Amino acid sequence: MPQILVQDLAKTYRVAEREPGLLGAARGLVRRRTRTVEALRDVSFSLERGELLGFIGPNGAGKSTTIKILSGILRPDSGRVEVGGLVPYADRIAHVSRIGVVFGQRTQLWWDLPVIDGFDLLRDIYRVDPVRYARTRDELVSLLRLSTLLDQPVRQLSLGQRMRAEIAAALLHEPDVLFLDEPTIGLDAPSKLAVREFVKRLNRERGVTVLLTTHDMHDIEALAERVIVIGHGQVLADSPFEQLRNDVLRERRLFIDFADDAPHIDLPGVEVRARGGRSLELAFDPSIVPAPRLIAAITADYAVDDVHVEQPAIEEVIARFYDLHGAAEA
Amino acid sequence: MTIARPYAAAFAARFMLLLQYRAAALAGFATQCWWGGIKVMVYAAFYAAAPAAASTSLSLSQTITYTWVAQALFALVPWTGDPEIGQAVRTGAVGYDRLRPVDTYGWWYARAAAWMTAKVVPRAALMLAFAGVLLPLIGLETWSWRPPPDVAQASLFAVSAVLLVALSSAWVMLLNLAAVRFLDERGVNALTASLIIVFSGNLLPLPLFPNWMQTFLFVQPFAGMLDIPVRIYSGDLVGERALAGLALQAGWTGFFILVGRIWMERLMGRLQMQGG
Repeated sequence: MPQILVQDLAKTYRVAEREPGLLGAARGLVRRRTRTVEALRDVSFSLERGELLGFIGPNGAGKSTTIKILSGILRPDSGRVEVGGLVPYADRIAHVSRIGVVFGQRTQLWWDLPVIDGFDLLRDIYRVDPVRYARTRDELVSLLRLSTLLDQPVRQLSLGQRMRAEIAAALLHEPDVLFLDEPTIGLDAPSKLAVREFVKRLNRERGVTVLLTTHDMHDIEALAERVIVIGHGQVLADSPFEQLRNDVLRERRLFIDFADDAPHIDLPGVEVRARGGRSLELAFDPSIVPAPRLIAAITADYAVDDVHVEQPAIEEVIARFYDLHGAAEA
Repeated sequence: MTIARPYAAAFAARFMLLLQYRAAALAGFATQCWWGGIKVMVYAAFYAAAPAAASTSLSLSQTITYTWVAQALFALVPWTGDPEIGQAVRTGAVGYDRLRPVDTYGWWYARAAAWMTAKVVPRAALMLAFAGVLLPLIGLETWSWRPPPDVAQASLFAVSAVLLVALSSAWVMLLNLAAVRFLDERGVNALTASLIIVFSGNLLPLPLFPNWMQTFLFVQPFAGMLDIPVRIYSGDLVGERALAGLALQAGWTGFFILVGRIWMERLMGRLQMQGG
């Protein structure tokens, strides 16, 4: 029995629409128009206890909606969802006491309260045994280096400090499952590393099941063993990260500076990506044309000043993957 | 005890935090003092000049005490929804409230009750010190806040004051839910505040309205949000009438809680979170 089970999940939103301009506003007084937006069309996946799953997809793909349904905030229109045998929206109170959630764009701590008061309040809200709470809190404080921040009101924390406090806040009741919705958004490099390091340890050492969404491919690279790509409310790919990387990262780029004007190149498995005066950028699939053979073929026919080969940035590859599946936000 | 723990903690945290806002308390006290003084003078002129005053159940000194007590309890009148909930609706923090293993209605209710009581405690204490202690000391006893007539009325008032908090919080919850429904609390607040200012007795003690309106004024819900407890205090509502007042407060509280809970259940079932 998987810990998280999602089957044929669908969710639509109704959005109010108004025609632009004064006339549109006047019409809106008489008749309101709404439009239905399909946030999730048909999402299915399952997750075993202790897995670490990365959820990626363009803005508006349905990542956050999925997390909100899994955490019991939203009710799906149809489909089946179970976490640890409970249906999140139906058994909300029992369910939420076993999960931890961090929304990177919102805060769950109390703006005016010192961090430690917020933690104490969460202890009472989750009815955590005080002795157990003190142990968990001290552990989290030392792992996330929070000791100097505890007395400060949340509003005074930097984003990186606040995110560390948010993650601690989500774990004070020792949940089995952690949902992280863009936990590294807006963070600087050291803070990102700290968050990644901590999440990885939590998953490896405590066996906490983690589901995270992100736009930062380095998060995925550092953390996720398995990746789901979602677009237009559908699962586009569900595979181990290595496989996804091999599938979409196979492509290489060859940059060539010719001695004269750049010629037309027409070889199987090779595509011209950019052309400028004497230079060419070629994309090629090394499983069809290995790099040495391609370079040899070109240098045999033309006078070449310089060549170098690059692997495209993972961001770019993912963007192309979205394009390919028509998943990019309209 | 463990069942109540989250709600008690929410109440305590908010109460302690708001109690620290000294400037707001002083400003509120000064405003309510000023208005109280004006009202007291207007009533004195009214009682001296209008023969109709004799037909009301309140004497001038009861009206003066009514005015000061009403000014002291000003912060317990539910003028607006809870600003914290209004903000949570606009920022999407409502989602986090749904992530807590607590009954969301009870959780918001405890916070609303804390918000109102934390505001009223310093203001009422200052008002009592001014109108109940300082005025008699400087020889203005006629214009002062008098103690309740006897122990019985004082204890009935204590019960009525607790019911006032319960009733006002239940009403605040309806305003909160309206904010969730319409994604903005300002319209509803403006609409209901004008009803409350008249029907709670804040503008004019309800006994001073025409006699033919009295039955209606007594049974409508807003009377329990100020008029009933204040009239019990000043000795205008005694015996069975006082008990009827308490029953009305309790009944309306139960009714508003029931309506609020049903409404909340429906709203949360179709909650949407927009953006990210």
